[in-house]
Amino acid sequence: MSEMKDMILESAVKIFEKYSTKEVVNDAEKGQWAAELWENLEAYGMLGVGVPEELGGSGGDLDDALSILQMAGKYSAPIPLAETFIANWLLSDLGESVVEGIVTIPGQNSTEPFQLQKSGQGWIINGKAKYVPWARNAEKLLVAGESIDGTVLLVLPLEKAEIKPGKNMAGEARDEVIFDQVYIEECQTVSVDYSALTKKLYYAGALTRSVLMAGAIERVLDVTINHTNERSQFGRPIHRFQAIQHHLAALAGETAGAGIAAKYAVDAFGTNPFSKELAYAKIRINEAAGKVNTIAHQVLAAIGFTYEHTLHHSTRRLWSWREEFGTESDWEQVITEELLKLEKNELWSVITGVVKHAKKVGIQ
Amino acid sequence: MKTLEIPVVKLPKETEELRREIRQFLKEEIENGLIETKCDCWLSGFSEDFSRKMGARGWIGMTWPKKYGGGERSSVERYVVTEEMLAAGAPVSGHWIADRQTGPLLLKYGTEEQKQFFLPRIAKGECYFAIGLSEPNAGSDLAALQARAVKVDKGWILNGSKIWTSGAHHAHYSIVLCRTTPMDPNNRHAGMSQLIVDLNAPGVTIRPIHLMTGEHHFNEVFFEDVFVPDGMVVGTLGNGWAQGMAELAYERSGPERILSTFPLLNELTNVLIEKCDAKGLNEVSRLISRLWTLRNMSLGIARLLEEGVPSNIIASLVKDMGTQFEQEIPEITRLLVSVIPLTDSENRLERFLAQSILQSPGFTLRGGTTEILRGIVAKGVINQ
Repeated sequence: MSEMKDMILESAVKIFEKYSTKEVVNDAEKGQWAAELWENLEAYGMLGVGVPEELGGSGGDLDDALSILQMAGKYSAPIPLAETFIANWLLSDLGESVVEGIVTIPGQNSTEPFQLQKSGQGWIINGKAKYVPWARNAEKLLVAGESIDGTVLLVLPLEKAEIKPGKNMAGEARDEVIFDQVYIEECQTVSVDYSALTKKLYYAGALTRSVLMAGAIERVLDVTINHTNERSQFGRPIHRFQAIQHHLAALAGETAGAGIAAKYAVDAFGTNPFSKELAYAKIRINEAAGKVNTIAHQVLAAIGFTYEHTLHHSTRRLWSWREEFGTESDWEQVITEELLKLEKNELWSVITGVVKHAKKVGIQ
Repeated sequence: MKTLEIPVVKLPKETEELRREIRQFLKEEIENGLIETKCDCWLSGFSEDFSRKMGARGWIGMTWPKKYGGGERSSVERYVVTEEMLAAGAPVSGHWIADRQTGPLLLKYGTEEQKQFFLPRIAKGECYFAIGLSEPNAGSDLAALQARAVKVDKGWILNGSKIWTSGAHHAHYSIVLCRTTPMDPNNRHAGMSQLIVDLNAPGVTIRPIHLMTGEHHFNEVFFEDVFVPDGMVVGTLGNGWAQGMAELAYERSGPERILSTFPLLNELTNVLIEKCDAKGLNEVSRLISRLWTLRNMSLGIARLLEEGVPSNIIASLVKDMGTQFEQEIPEITRLLVSVIPLTDSENRLERFLAQSILQSPGFTLRGGTTEILRGIVAKGVINQ
């Protein structure tokens, strides 16, 4: 954690409070771009946190960037912040400067590499990516590409692409991007290994969803607690009832669990972007999302089930995000592959990360 | 929410060496047939010999000052020792309570004489303590307790009884919470004190209460005009409730609230790997993710306690979630493998499954029932 963290976080919260309001989130669902929110984050250098200044970032570390993202999750910020962060991390890891403006990445792992053909001074691009967050508002798309020279990381301008608008269960933009024989004068390419790039996008994507969900879960707890204070039945606030108290305790437990899982995942990502701890966190936080939503909607009853109330800003996002970049089952398979390599009685070594000899098992 | 914030704890490199040392020791003990892996070992695994060996290696009272027989090591190192013991299902119940609770209590509130007398003995693994809290009519409503001590010359005369006292038949002493002034109905928590009672003193009767398996861990302890010297009062007279409640954070967030059925999870994993059962291992992966989360919560609280940060609410949370996890392991196991749980089986999976199922009701009762814990947590978050 950098020393700037508290300061950065404080400014970020102020921006989210002011520009990611109930109205902004609702308007975004109707297709209105949250321009003021984005512009303010940009003006305060929030988009470049976690990227060195010499590469066009604004300094700070990954932990700082992800704590901003957690607040974005808490305030249901309807912008591709996670996607812009991931694009910037990937580029700066490769020693490339970050991209100006709004950048997005495909939200689905199954995207086939885009095809590039040299044509005169530029390129002819063919390719399709589904479920791309805010492609309609983004200026650039970062995807894997393939040319006769091999696979590349590709930053494509989106002006000439065909965009078919779509949305997830939370009403967040998840568009289809189609490049059909599109000629592009100039685009940034960096040679990469395709499977490594795909894996990196997947793990980074999972981390951002874990962190966003941890933030949204915090909000759900806050909203639920406030409701149980304000709502009275049988002559007393409903938190005085044991049945409600048990719900609150379970909700608090899931919130604390999701919070610590996200913290450890962030910490692990800094040293190893393919750490198994990212898998543990995504599984655990996905699980928390389901439980938290069930409890909150039960406690808030009919009012929490309406569009008028803001609970759904968080709960519909949680239901959507838990499926993005890996369900429980997807990540369980990743861990199972490691387990199958174990010798007898080595489970405890996996959990503690300490094995008999110097070799490392499981958590890396 | 600040109340639910738990820090990330990075285990220092030195602890890896400590782990290997413990694992080597445990391996030898098991291979030489001196100890046997058991689920819920911190309640049901008893060996005087093993406790003494742990004492000799400096693994009891690890964090205490050297002048009291401690090792002045970090709480994280102590955590490593306790979780390694639990993971291996080693017989640690003898010294468990004294190491976990009584030592820290005496260090905080004890007199110099008490510290000098008890702590070195505990650290050697030769002096065990029992917890004297619950009474026949004071369970979850602990403040209803009635055991009382009346002042006499040079001490107190204790009368009353304690129930569900684990290991009292092995323990040398018990910390007994009792009333030293009569109950004030308007302030039931006032006027309680903690006394160190010698369980071999005249007037003390220990009667076994057998568990449903027939095993003997619980006891009822009766005090009939038991003389307790003045020097055996812990801390401030009348402050027993507050002192006792502070202890609970240690009691509730430790690895023993997560790992009681770990030997079963380990054995299940062995069996599934042998069968290359990827589907079964997917379920195990989910359990590992939960365990990873719970362990990180528990470690974080250990750090907070070391720093003196009040952690009663998150400690209660960990106990609630951790003990449910412990109970879930046998339930998931039986759906993944087709075995009949047998208490006396030679087969480890069958035996551990039986132990886990039969011990599991206790997990969510001892040290504060789930219902009480949830009340504490809910009130804690509401009052934010």
